[in-house]
Amino acid sequence: MPLLSVTDLRTYFHSGGGITRAVDGVSFRLERGETLGLVGESGSGKSVTCYSIMGLIPQPPGRIESGSALFDGIDLLRCTPAEARAIRGKRMAMIFQDPMTSLNPYLRISDQLIEPLLIHEKISGKDALARGLEMLEAVGIHDPSRQIRRYPHEFSGGMRQRVMIAMALITRPELLIADEPTTALDVTVQAQILELIRRMQRELNMAVIFITHDLAVVSGLCDRVQVMYAGRIVETAGTRDLFYTPRHPYTRALQRSIPAIQPKGSELYTIPGLPPDLSKPLPGCPFSPRCEFAVERCRTAAVDLAEVAPGHAQACLRVQANEI
Amino acid sequence: MTEPILELHGIKTHFPVYRGMLLRRRIGEVKAVDGVSLSLARGEVLGLVGESGCGKSTLARTVLQLIPPTAGRVVLDGRDLTGASVRDLKASRRDLQMVFQDPFASLNPRLNIFETLAEPLRVHRVCPRSEIPARVGVLMQTVGLSPRFVRKYPHEFSGGQRQRIAIARALALEPKVIVADEPVSALDVSIQAQILNLLGQLTRQMHLSLVFIAHDLSVVKHISDRIAVMYLGKIIELGPAVGIIEKPVHPYTRALISAIPRLDPDTERTRQRIVLLGDPPSPLHPPRGCPFHPRCAHAEDKCRASAPALAPFAGREVACLRAGEI
Repeated sequence: MPLLSVTDLRTYFHSGGGITRAVDGVSFRLERGETLGLVGESGSGKSVTCYSIMGLIPQPPGRIESGSALFDGIDLLRCTPAEARAIRGKRMAMIFQDPMTSLNPYLRISDQLIEPLLIHEKISGKDALARGLEMLEAVGIHDPSRQIRRYPHEFSGGMRQRVMIAMALITRPELLIADEPTTALDVTVQAQILELIRRMQRELNMAVIFITHDLAVVSGLCDRVQVMYAGRIVETAGTRDLFYTPRHPYTRALQRSIPAIQPKGSELYTIPGLPPDLSKPLPGCPFSPRCEFAVERCRTAAVDLAEVAPGHAQACLRVQANEI
Repeated sequence: MTEPILELHGIKTHFPVYRGMLLRRRIGEVKAVDGVSLSLARGEVLGLVGESGCGKSTLARTVLQLIPPTAGRVVLDGRDLTGASVRDLKASRRDLQMVFQDPFASLNPRLNIFETLAEPLRVHRVCPRSEIPARVGVLMQTVGLSPRFVRKYPHEFSGGQRQRIAIARALALEPKVIVADEPVSALDVSIQAQILNLLGQLTRQMHLSLVFIAHDLSVVKHISDRIAVMYLGKIIELGPAVGIIEKPVHPYTRALISAIPRLDPDTERTRQRIVLLGDPPSPLHPPRGCPFHPRCAHAEDKCRASAPALAPFAGREVACLRAGEI
């Protein structure tokens, strides 16, 4: 049984202006110990997918319209609040993009770091503190017994992200969801944090969902990558397959528009147009208005993920029909 | 290279730091920019890279005289901007414009696009009032926006479109130099490519000089002729873009390039990375000697004792005492 199995998740936001279909029929599975990259541009639904699983969608205006998310057999979308609490923060944990705003500025590191332990485990304050010190040491914070008494503002961005990671991992979760944890950091610090996540992932044998807009970040970290566009998964494959033989036109376009691999001064490939307005119905393929291969039926016919090679699925009608 | 359009001579921008409310006393200063000299040729694109806090944005603002430098001179097309009168400065600003990082914050939400683009034309009396609408239309087309949108407000546009408006505003006065401070950092990859292409086209077509500031070296490499790497308020390596990216000399530049994740899973999993320890030191208490020595794997006693100056090495300039040895 996979650790996490999400089926047909739909999360819509209802506002005065209508319904925004932020996540529109997302299904995927995650095995124990597996690292999954969730890649897409802003508004593609990658964060909303994970927020829905974590139960962090504000309702209203959000509403989970359909779907299930089985975590070790328990449906996170339908279980009782008590069941959810026993999983969230204990068996699955999350770290966020902005370590400046996701720590409580009023509390010492010690208090927020051991809070999950005090809630989820029968443990004395003294033992919890000892675990906290151990954890800080493990994420590479020097002199933890002094640092643990400090407040978040006394730390740099990279150090705060380390504290966030220590906090998320202190209960030894089976699943870590990392929502762009390195986007706000400098490249040198990003390299440190990625290395840390890789090491902790191995040590604890946990599954990781790594959300990012940066394809390069997932290349060294993830076993499998899922590309999202307009609230749907358009391609999913093993990391090597996705990088070396991308099939969906959006994945290919995304890869071509990254400057790193282009010779200097050459015109960068650009995807024409803008991502679609998710409050309008999208009958066909959501990428078709911007796709250079789109034909008439792409705009009208619904399309689902279909396997093109073992473990490699994608949602383009024309690729599925072997036309491109 | 032709004669430089913009020259910086020994720019220092220091901010005093005070402590206490009643008995405020000066406890030191942050040396945000600490002795930067550069020159920019006509039509040249100079990439300025470094981690947050290295002083690259302060340097940009100092060039524009938005922050007066503590010492040093900024010379634009032969005119010294430092200490220039308000009137002279205003005249010089026609030739020197800026594009900021956040297109959500740098456009006035209460002005529509027409008003935003007409304002500089009006303030600097570039053309008769009757010609303004036509010029605004041309500007919008230059940056790839349809003149139909001229009465719309910033909130009706996406981030990439807003950055186009900010670029159009900078171009309105037909400047000789544009300083762009992280103009694509807030944008998605596909939009980033559009804006990079636009900036590339504009510099070529209009023979503009551009100072392009970014923390992302791959972006900088794509657009720049030369690259300057900053660390703790100083330039530590300066030279042709391709040379610096492919054969970095300074240990910091090497670490910076090594830290960029590669798009190729096979090399990414096997390559040796140089992982820097710790964070950059506080500019309030910069280390003695070479500013990079506490994080440098090659540091020796001499690095701790004396600070290196930029010196020619391997077709570029490098500020490292051990440049020839490592």
